[in-house]
Amino acid sequence: MSVTDLLTQRPRRESDDRDARTSDVIALTTPVPRGRRRRRWHVPRLLRRTVGPLIVLGVWQLACSLGVFTSFEVASPVAVFDAARQLWAEGVLQPNLLISLQRVAEGLGLGTAIGLTFAVISGLFWVGEDLLDPVIQAARAVPILGLVPLAIIWFGVGEVPKVFLIALGSTFAVYINTFAGIRGVDSKLVEAGQTFGLSRWGLVRRVILPGALPNFLVGLRLALVGCWLIVIVAEEINAQSGIGYLIMQAQTTGRTDIMMMGLAIYALLGILADAFVRLLERRLLTWRRGYAGA
Amino acid sequence: MRRRQESAPVVSAEGFAVIATNVRRRFNDREVLRDVNLTIEGDEFVALLGRSGTGKSTLLRILGGLDTEYEGDVLVPERRAVVFQEARLIPWQRVLANVLLGLRPGEDGAGALKAKGLDALGEVELAEHARDWPLTLSGGEAQRVALARALVREPQLMLLDEPFGALDALTRIKMHALLQRLCERHRPAVLLVTHDVDEALLLADRAVVLVDGAISLDVRIDLERPRDRGDAAFVELRHRLLRELGVEERPPRSTVAPSEASEADFETTRLATTSPGRRRSDDPTPPPTI
Ligand SMILES: Nc1ncnc2c1ncn2[C@@H]1O[C@H](COP(=O)(O)OP(=O)(O)OP(=O)(O)O)[C@@H](O)[C@H]1O
Ligand SMILES: [Mg+2]
Repeated sequence: MSVTDLLTQRPRRESDDRDARTSDVIALTTPVPRGRRRRRWHVPRLLRRTVGPLIVLGVWQLACSLGVFTSFEVASPVAVFDAARQLWAEGVLQPNLLISLQRVAEGLGLGTAIGLTFAVISGLFWVGEDLLDPVIQAARAVPILGLVPLAIIWFGVGEVPKVFLIALGSTFAVYINTFAGIRGVDSKLVEAGQTFGLSRWGLVRRVILPGALPNFLVGLRLALVGCWLIVIVAEEINAQSGIGYLIMQAQTTGRTDIMMMGLAIYALLGILADAFVRLLERRLLTWRRGYAGA
Repeated sequence: MRRRQESAPVVSAEGFAVIATNVRRRFNDREVLRDVNLTIEGDEFVALLGRSGTGKSTLLRILGGLDTEYEGDVLVPERRAVVFQEARLIPWQRVLANVLLGLRPGEDGAGALKAKGLDALGEVELAEHARDWPLTLSGGEAQRVALARALVREPQLMLLDEPFGALDALTRIKMHALLQRLCERHRPAVLLVTHDVDEALLLADRAVVLVDGAISLDVRIDLERPRDRGDAAFVELRHRLLRELGVEERPPRSTVAPSEASEADFETTRLATTSPGRRRSDDPTPPPTI
């Protein structure tokens, strides 16, 4: 139906017969929520998320090609990529990448497990909170990197101190967020669970823990960021392998391209880890109908 | 119908779903329930009226076992179910799982339990939403799921705390019909907390009014069903209840009420425990609103 049809078909009213309308002319627009424009073309999300990094890469490459930096100061993206290809071909990159990944996986796994366990204990039991929470809050205030010398004394120079530091670097974010999530579960839902005969364990499993899941995932994302930070330091101090070790070696030989390749790998892994948690969120939190962003 | 004859505490509670005597509840020295005495028979539908903040929800929570910090004696059946003002569905459990919340499969297995849940959802006409997430339901649908969740337990006592308060008028009319149908089929004892005098008069066998921490009026609603809001006896009862709630001061006009619609027709039990300080209907203060 056209607008004209619509206007002529509507039931007549008295004022239609009059020559002049009594009301002023009103400007009409298509309704759209404030602060948000209707999207006219749809761009896949993955593409949208890669545009920003691609621009950064382009500017970086351009600056290097134009000679803004010397190749000793800043290696161009192409040089960094070449370095990676070369190290891969020599078989140097793979084992070091693998060992770094293994350390993160172990440290993060351990840190998450500990943070989650403590959060559940503190979150569910008042005694647990009274005993654990002050200790954890105090421990959290200690700068982890200050622990490096101690960790070496305690655990020697093998894998253990590295995993220990990474675990420590990820555990607090998980603890704090999960604890807040458990305490933030709507008491009305807990009450509903109780009236309908959920056991204490049923309540924890069906209501409280799922309710804290969104916060746990936020904690996990923060933990992922935190643990990559620790990996660099742990591997640059006293290590014979890993990406951090490659960076340290490159420093002694003045290979800026390799140093930047190491950093680029950290960045890539960080993005992948974040994407993984996003995927997890999408799978686990399908029940949410939250604001998805404009 | 049986009536309680004796005033001494009943030991043999045959036929009763609720026996609450001398119930008191205070919050930090503020006495919300002063002295509540209430019985509900096994198949009786009782509406609990009262102004906002008089302690209706408090009483309902005590009967539901959600509040144990009271004084007095309360006897209720084991199989109870509550429907709250908000549906209180668990957002991360699908609709069917919400209905079956806390139920364990019997000897006939998980399949039978699931079938029972689907039946209950069918009764509230939501069977096709069994696999949906609660947050995708409309307000009325969510409240119907809450009703199904209560029904599937085959409760001997249903406690409804303003379950339709948040719904629009049209949905509320449908919900009234639904609730009536379900109650006729399952015959639980029902305590319905409401602000809405008409809702009470449409649905309940009996209305009790809570004023100043005690039940000040207990009136039987012997109107034929389906009930008609325009019916003279209905109007008369509405005026009485509104007066008791302190909303309306003047008696109803005689043009509406037939001469025989007197107190005696409604089998009134005015309980003796109201305080002397309670406002009387001839008190000249202007009508407050609830
Ligand atoms: N946990 C609590 N702590 C302190 N005071 C409370 C608590 N629960 C209820 N009260 C008080 O008791 C009084 C009665 O509350 P209640 O919720 O029973 O009222 P109500 O009759 O259900 O009112 P409404 O019709 O508005 O729902 C209120 O004044 C309220 O502030
Ligand atoms: Mg209430």
